[in-house]
Amino acid sequence: MAELGESGDVHKGKGKKRGGVRAKKMSTRIDMTPMVDLGFLLVTFFILTTTMSQPKAMQVVMPDKKIKDPEEKSKIRESEAMTILLGSNNRIFYYYPKQGEELKMEVTYFNKIEKILIDKNKEVLALQRANNWKLPTDTAFNGVYIGIKPTDDSKYENMVNMLDEMKICGIKSYAILDPTPEEIAILPK
Amino acid sequence: MSKVKIPKTSVSIDMTPMVDMAFLLVTFFILTTQFRPDEPVQVSTPSSTSTSNPPEHGKVIITIAPDGRVFFDLDNQLFRSNLIQKMAESYGMTVNQDEINAFATGGSIGVPMKQMKDYLDTPASDRKDYVQTGIPVDTTEYLSNELSVWLVNARIAGNNPMILIKGDSKANYPNVKNVFTTLAKKNVLRFGLITDEEAMPKDLPK
Repeated sequence: MAELGESGDVHKGKGKKRGGVRAKKMSTRIDMTPMVDLGFLLVTFFILTTTMSQPKAMQVVMPDKKIKDPEEKSKIRESEAMTILLGSNNRIFYYYPKQGEELKMEVTYFNKIEKILIDKNKEVLALQRANNWKLPTDTAFNGVYIGIKPTDDSKYENMVNMLDEMKICGIKSYAILDPTPEEIAILPK
Repeated sequence: MSKVKIPKTSVSIDMTPMVDMAFLLVTFFILTTQFRPDEPVQVSTPSSTSTSNPPEHGKVIITIAPDGRVFFDLDNQLFRSNLIQKMAESYGMTVNQDEINAFATGGSIGVPMKQMKDYLDTPASDRKDYVQTGIPVDTTEYLSNELSVWLVNARIAGNNPMILIKGDSKANYPNVKNVFTTLAKKNVLRFGLITDEEAMPKDLPK
């Protein structure tokens, strides 16, 4: 840049004072354009390579299939239970099991499931309070028991979202189970 | 006609504050960035409201690709070199020091044990392009379910690491179920699912 290159020949020109040779003052300004270029290149590089959001881990506890204690299973009353099936195309099918009644499922989607879950949880909690259905080991009423059954047509995302809904809706008891053949049979395609 | 004179203004701007800022940003990004090791497959995890962080060290990551291939990763070099030796033992193979080193310094692995030697013998520069077909996972309890053998050996070699599953959002559930079943057979009932962070919804129905 011109500013730098002008230290020039001091003996040039006519109107020089006699006496000592004085060096011309050098400009202290430096052209910073290349430095800025480089700086922003580095900024861009690091912005593009950095990963800001740290991955999170969702804790899952699977039911132990090796325990085949019939008493353990019968502890949940029909009126406290709800079964959710995850179908194809992000559809959710749910029903409330009732002995001796024909299986009938309702279909819903992820944007509507929260209300259904919260309402059912409230209903069950009220029922449990009214009848004092509480295990001696429990400190609080448990609320609804939910069986989540992802079918073979569902995606991994559906399962993770459903587990997340459990947390969002404050449901304490849920398990990932396999759908029964009867449930699969009546599932709309 | 007389020309209107426009006073000349200097075109040079003082760039010092800009430079200051640029280098401040550079410094910030240099300090916060973490380079991810090469992964054989790109996985986009689903998001959840979970806030717990996976441990920095001592973890097994089982990756499930969108096409259903399964990859296995243990995170410490020392543990990894133990792991490959134990795996070779289980399958009656011998591995030399070069192969052990190649495995220890690598990342997620998704080749069946039959191809393992071939994979480890490929020069490091070509290993990236090696077609990994995924670790065989079926529901048997024998050596053909290689994931379960990996799991057993990783728990010994890796000093009881935490098991994490990193599945792609679009992975089909049967593939995930195979992994779950394999884990359950080896008595791993508590594990973590790796997800992206998502804010808790605020307008919950009351």
